[in-house]
Amino acid sequence: MSAPGARRERRSFLNWLLGTWAAGVLAAIGFPVMRFLTPPDVPEPTTAAASGGQASTLLPNSFRIVPFGAKPAIVIRQASGELKALSATCTHLSCTVQYRGDMSQIWCACHNGRYDLNGRNVAGPPPRPLEAFDVSVRNDEIVISRRA
Amino acid sequence: MGLRHWLAERAPVAEIIEELEHKRVPQHRHSIYYYAGGAALFFFMVQVVTGALLLMYYRPSASEAYESVQFIMARVPFGWLIRSIHSWSANLMVGTVFIHLFSVLFLKSYRRPRELTWMSGMVLFGLVLAFGFTGYLLPWNELAYFATRVGTAIPASIPVVGEGLVRLLRGGNDVTGGTLTRFFGMHVAILPGICTILIGLHVLLVQRHGMSVPPSIEAESKASGMPVPSVPFLPDYMLRDLFGWTLALFAVAALSAFLPWELGKKADLFAPAPAGIRPEWYFLWAFQTLKFVPATLLGLEGEFVASLAIGLGGLALFALPLLDRNTHTSRRIVTWMGAAVVLYIIAMTALALGGGAVQ
Repeated sequence: MSAPGARRERRSFLNWLLGTWAAGVLAAIGFPVMRFLTPPDVPEPTTAAASGGQASTLLPNSFRIVPFGAKPAIVIRQASGELKALSATCTHLSCTVQYRGDMSQIWCACHNGRYDLNGRNVAGPPPRPLEAFDVSVRNDEIVISRRA
Repeated sequence: MGLRHWLAERAPVAEIIEELEHKRVPQHRHSIYYYAGGAALFFFMVQVVTGALLLMYYRPSASEAYESVQFIMARVPFGWLIRSIHSWSANLMVGTVFIHLFSVLFLKSYRRPRELTWMSGMVLFGLVLAFGFTGYLLPWNELAYFATRVGTAIPASIPVVGEGLVRLLRGGNDVTGGTLTRFFGMHVAILPGICTILIGLHVLLVQRHGMSVPPSIEAESKASGMPVPSVPFLPDYMLRDLFGWTLALFAVAALSAFLPWELGKKADLFAPAPAGIRPEWYFLWAFQTLKFVPATLLGLEGEFVASLAIGLGGLALFALPLLDRNTHTSRRIVTWMGAAVVLYIIAMTALALGGGAVQ
């Protein structure tokens, strides 16, 4: 027969052991689950240039969306005939923007954000400008490239 | 020695029936709101059944999801009806849950000892919205695609952990097929599992505490010296509840048959967001709020401030039973603040519906 004090000590030690065991099991389950749920980093190749499609089919005062790597880019032919290319991902909540000929601005339908043709955020909620790309035309193909 | 006797020896069926016959439900001018929770449960059961049926044909991948829903609607016998019922019942469930939440708030049914019933209900409310958000993407159509891009981009404004949260939600940096499978998993496995357990707990607590009598009815009963009238749970209340469920079934069947849910255009990852884009009606108030918030507010990103305010509001609502000291004044404050929230939601939704979406 052990003394009540020693028994209490043993009981509290066992409780501590049980708690540590429970915490260990939870951590052993929780950690891999959390790591599993976090998607692995798949490095995207940095896109330097992409095709903006045929130049002759892009009429004045119109636009098209083209892939720039995995992201969309917008190519605009202004009424004057000048070409512009920018990132098409709205800096507010990442909707894809469009060109509005009637207001000569880039417009996001999701929350009414507006940018000028240089990509500057001029109205609505967008917090940052759109990234502008360089545009050139080679043999009727529009080539858009990231600025150095 | 019938089946009844055989069962009685092995399961406490008779005891449960006897308890339900003795249980009484208060009957007063606000009793109609007691049925909202039951109706939400009914719609949840419809969702489980129709959802399980849709699983037989639905394919959760970016290249096949839209086509499989098209197939369900065009080729599978009654496929259009099953999918329509699933969509309509989902919306009716959200609507009923809203009514249930605010009627409980206005009737002050969250008071002691029902704090945990309220809190489990608030978590269920969040789960119902998560069901709506994840299910919305599954047909992989244009509207759903952009709504998901917007919805999953919102946490990005949270400092430090924001970007990680967005990746966790999307299953990558962008909304892609990976997001679709992730949302599918949440919609058909994780959320139903958690929801079923919580509904069990919620209903158990309601059974344990019985229906709450609003303070005004309590005061009237005390003043007149007459007890609040009541009816037996079995069969009176049960039959009334069943009648309500029949009406709910009628509503969902009629809506699905006469206004079948549309599928829209397939999501195109390289198309601009279409004009007039907006989320489901129950997120419109938040959507409209985001539209009004300027790019920077109080030196912080606008949407972060708005999301923080909405988050804190949700937290306050969750902790309502602990915040309300249950005095006459505190109850009045809850009523007025509840009314302000309802009015705000209605006004913002009306603005969004009334063309506020387009410039």
